Amino acid sequence: MTLANLEIGTEAKVTQILGETPATKRLMEMGVVPGVKVRVVKSAPFGDPIEIRVRGYSLALRKSEAETIEVQISN
Amino acid sequence: MKSLQTNQKPEIVIALAGNPNAGKTTLFNALTGMKQKVANYPGVTVERKEGIWKLGDKTASLIDLPGLYSLDATSLDEQIARDVLTGKVENLPKPDAIIAVVDATNLERNLYLVTQLFEYKIPVVVALTMVDVFEKEKHEIDAEKLSEMLGASVVSIKASTGHGIDELEEKVGAKIGKREEIPFVLNESTENGNAKIFERYNFISNAVQESVKHNDLEEHNFSEKLDRILTHKFFGLLILIGVLLLVFQTIFSWAELPMNLLESGFGALNEFVKTKLPEGILADLITDGIIAGVGGILVFLPQILLLFLFISLLEDTGYMARAAFLLDKLMSKFGLHGKAFLPLMSSFACAIPGVMATRTIENPKDRLATIMIAPLMSCSARLPVYTLLIATFFAEQKVFGFLSLGAVLMLAMYAIGIIAAIIVAFALKKTLLKSETPPFVMELPPYRMPNFRTVFQNMFQRAGLFIKRAGTVILAISIVLWALTYFPRPAENAETPVFTTTSEEKCLCPETAARLKDEAKKAEDEKQSLALQNSYAGQLGHAIEPYIEPLGFDWKIGIALISSFAAREVLVSTLSIIYNVGKDVDAESDTLTNAIREAKRPDGSAVWTPLTAITLMVFFVLAMQCMSTIAIVRRETNSWKWTLFMVGYMTVLAYVAAFLTYQGGKFLGFG
Repeated sequence: MTLANLEIGTEAKVTQILGETPATKRLMEMGVVPGVKVRVVKSAPFGDPIEIRVRGYSLALRKSEAETIEVQISN
Repeated sequence: MKSLQTNQKPEIVIALAGNPNAGKTTLFNALTGMKQKVANYPGVTVERKEGIWKLGDKTASLIDLPGLYSLDATSLDEQIARDVLTGKVENLPKPDAIIAVVDATNLERNLYLVTQLFEYKIPVVVALTMVDVFEKEKHEIDAEKLSEMLGASVVSIKASTGHGIDELEEKVGAKIGKREEIPFVLNESTENGNAKIFERYNFISNAVQESVKHNDLEEHNFSEKLDRILTHKFFGLLILIGVLLLVFQTIFSWAELPMNLLESGFGALNEFVKTKLPEGILADLITDGIIAGVGGILVFLPQILLLFLFISLLEDTGYMARAAFLLDKLMSKFGLHGKAFLPLMSSFACAIPGVMATRTIENPKDRLATIMIAPLMSCSARLPVYTLLIATFFAEQKVFGFLSLGAVLMLAMYAIGIIAAIIVAFALKKTLLKSETPPFVMELPPYRMPNFRTVFQNMFQRAGLFIKRAGTVILAISIVLWALTYFPRPAENAETPVFTTTSEEKCLCPETAARLKDEAKKAEDEKQSLALQNSYAGQLGHAIEPYIEPLGFDWKIGIALISSFAAREVLVSTLSIIYNVGKDVDAESDTLTNAIREAKRPDGSAVWTPLTAITLMVFFVLAMQCMSTIAIVRRETNSWKWTLFMVGYMTVLAYVAAFLTYQGGKFLGFG
């Protein structure tokens, strides 16, 4: 599954970044790399963008960008 | 660029790098005190901040790089930073050392930039900020271990109290001129971009794991709690609207008092200069040309200062990113970034601060699209035009029995501007400014108390840049426009009766004196009106008459259109001069509204009908009648091409819309 369909409040581990676009590059530079834990905090009023928590800080990204991040829910 | 010290060139250059919000500016201020200077990097609008830092017995030039997350040159800021670090910027030697400002509360992501800095083969000293905040949250950080793991000096500092500054000085001083081992290098076999990033983060995770003890209660911090309200689906939007209204209200109405003061100040200065200088062309040039022109733009300074105060506050507290987060969906529908909202909103007060505020938008194409449409927002300078025309033709009329027609028209003008802006933005993003959707990916920094020194410093530095940037172009255009309305001078003919009332006033009865004074004023007004009609601007008015005839405008309105190119509100004073009522009237003056209503064409028909008035208003919504905006757009885009494009498309849009309004109105039987 991707970060885009992760439910609010759920924590997951990034397994893979799909593709290599300016957006995926920026996301990785911001610390969203395979192995890191992320949690979806909320979505903006119109459902997009979303806020995630990663490496102890808050990051906003559009849903379309979240779709490039493959995640696995951690137990 | 001139050096800060004209007599002594700094011996050492040190670059200050770090993520946005890492505390870079505070450290920069602490190290340089007031000895700093802001300019732009050649050819771009990236701010170049430079200061003098006393490093032991040496003088170092401290270069404050823009806030960066990475050095891979996707944004202009990143490219400039790379140029500085590789010594490619003119008159700026390659730095001897780098101070990397690292926020301890956000260690891993901050260290990413540091791993990239290592690759420039310049000694790096890490200045660790916010350690106290980090440790208050019951984490522990071992600076020595971190230094060992990174292979670079790490100094824990607190810029506001000066803690660690001496140690930083010592550590940086020790690095100067030393060639040292590069602490971290990428595996040479790593080629793929994503893999490189991955490798850097692995190095970081390892270093952090060894030097930081986390407690597990790190989540649900203060900012996240505050965000439950501030980015709430409903209350978040409500609060945002409130904040924007406050900003709008401030630049719109609270700036009025200082603006009026400035205006009367320049008026008084004008009068004073007039009395001091001998009458003639020089006096007229200085007063009506230069003082009036430059004064006309400096009047906007209070609005600009206030807007920048708000922007600095919103940025410094961390709220700006939330506003972009809340509005991005809405704005992206028109192809714009969430951050475009504030500049556009500000443009309702004045496009100049609005255009300058687009600097917060990182993507150049998004920024350009926002600049291009900002002047379509009905600014406060259009209000006198709307007010005059509404007062003249629609004062008493009602719609549906209770709504004033004037208010409805006013609202319609705002709506026309907004709709045009949406269409233009959409069209631009589909064509000329087409680009892959730039990443939105944006940090939501923790909420912090703003540092007021930084906020005010920011405000004044930006306002200073505005005066410097806009000043020269505006001065030049003011003089040209003044000359157009001033030359050729009418011959001082004998037909104009000369009234010397001073001696007669004493002996005549008050009525006669008043009558004589009145006649003198009338003659003076008439003289002014004739001079304007015969000037080059007047001739231009005649020349463009065939082209504006289809809009229902005669050559006198043509003159007003030409002179109001300086600034929209000039239309009111120009019309007053043309219609002989003297230039010192305001938009609600009865004499002017009467004069407009009674103006006749040579064939005896009325020049102005309600339809003409609406057409002129529509023209003013869309036309680029403001030289100050043109000057600032030229400076901010650094391109005459885009500036002329803006003037061109707005003029065409205004003409077509006015044409359709007038001809359509006539077809429907109005006017």
